[in-house]
Amino acid sequence: MTINHKRRLLLAGVGAGGLALSAAAVTAQNQERVIKVVAKKFDFTPGEIRLKKNQPVTLEFTTLDVVMGFALPDFGVRTDILPGTTARIRFTPDKAGQFPFHCDIFCGSGHESMTGTVIVT
Amino acid sequence: MDQAIKRRSFLKLAGLGGAIYVSGLSGWASAAAKAGNAYQDFFFVQLSDTHWGFEGAPNPDARGTLKKAVQAVNSLEQQPDFIVFTGDLTHTTDDPLERRKRLREFKEIVAELKVKDVRFMPGEHDASLDNGAAYQEFFGKTHYSFEHKGVFFIVLDNVSDPAGSIGEQQLAWLAAELQPLPADANIVVFTHRPLFDLYPQWDWATRDGAKAVELLMPHANVTVFYGHIHQAHHHMTGHIAHHAAKSLIFPLPAPGSQPKRTPLAWDDAYPYRGLGYREIEAEAAPKTDFKIVELPVQKG
Ligand SMILES: [Cu+2]
Repeated sequence: MTINHKRRLLLAGVGAGGLALSAAAVTAQNQERVIKVVAKKFDFTPGEIRLKKNQPVTLEFTTLDVVMGFALPDFGVRTDILPGTTARIRFTPDKAGQFPFHCDIFCGSGHESMTGTVIVT
Repeated sequence: MDQAIKRRSFLKLAGLGGAIYVSGLSGWASAAAKAGNAYQDFFFVQLSDTHWGFEGAPNPDARGTLKKAVQAVNSLEQQPDFIVFTGDLTHTTDDPLERRKRLREFKEIVAELKVKDVRFMPGEHDASLDNGAAYQEFFGKTHYSFEHKGVFFIVLDNVSDPAGSIGEQQLAWLAAELQPLPADANIVVFTHRPLFDLYPQWDWATRDGAKAVELLMPHANVTVFYGHIHQAHHHMTGHIAHHAAKSLIFPLPAPGSQPKRTPLAWDDAYPYRGLGYREIEAEAAPKTDFKIVELPVQKG
């Protein structure tokens, strides 16, 4: 429920940004970061993702072996990561701190240690 | 009541586990009367997260603890009406043959229980890698219901889906099971993972658990017993009480109490600390009253 709601807000944000093609918006878009995250049994690389508060980011996920999940509950975002495709999450961290993420699709013995940290400064 | 007290002191003497006494599930007597049963007190035992096949530092007696628990239950002065294992009977292995070997060995060990009415359900370690296929070969259905002395028990499977969902099909089944029950029926739900968002950061949740809770909400007397988090924990969602059990392999930290969900270390000074099983006693009483006694596990 929370996730859907937040996603809708994010989408609304994207729409508004797209319409108002002001100089500021173009600059912001140029600055927007894309971070590639690779999943494989049983880790994410990088395992530590550093983000800036109030700065939108797109995380791009691929998996080298089986179906994985990426869940970052503190920001209400998650995605499935299917072999052969790229999954994307775009969000804006609105609070600073350290937030755990994990694989939320059971992927084998070692699944439970498939975790990492988002650090927002 | 006298018998209950006797059992309590016996457990203290045996010092073998945590015990929880559930006194007087509300509406119990009336539901039993409606069902035409003469009401009788009874108790059952919950064991959880035995993780048979696990080897490692947090439990140097990994192959002995389950057997000790079986002995402890067998040595209760009075035997329970039934025993329930709330999942993670075995520890994950990627090898389907090894998975079956562990399930077989687990089944052989618990066959030593004196009480033959034993109810099982899978945990994600048993079932998530093959959607419960191996589990079902040994233990049958992963979700089912049964009635015992006026109480309606529902076993929900939130682990055979590797994403940790109950799924629409099973939710429809749950709705159909609940539909004919009177509003004040005594309902006890067993699951492996918590049905509520205990700590999603550690995956201590069920993706569509809120849907199950929503279906249970109209019923006045619902109690949920689950496993998965390897510690005693108590939580209310509205009027529904949720009680997590200790494990029989290693304790896990309190939700969010440390950065990672790593097992608590074995302490030689306090062997078996944080491990245990529980007794749940239902007594006829006008209202729900939970009496909780936690007892340390001691060297057997
Ligand atoms: Cu578990």
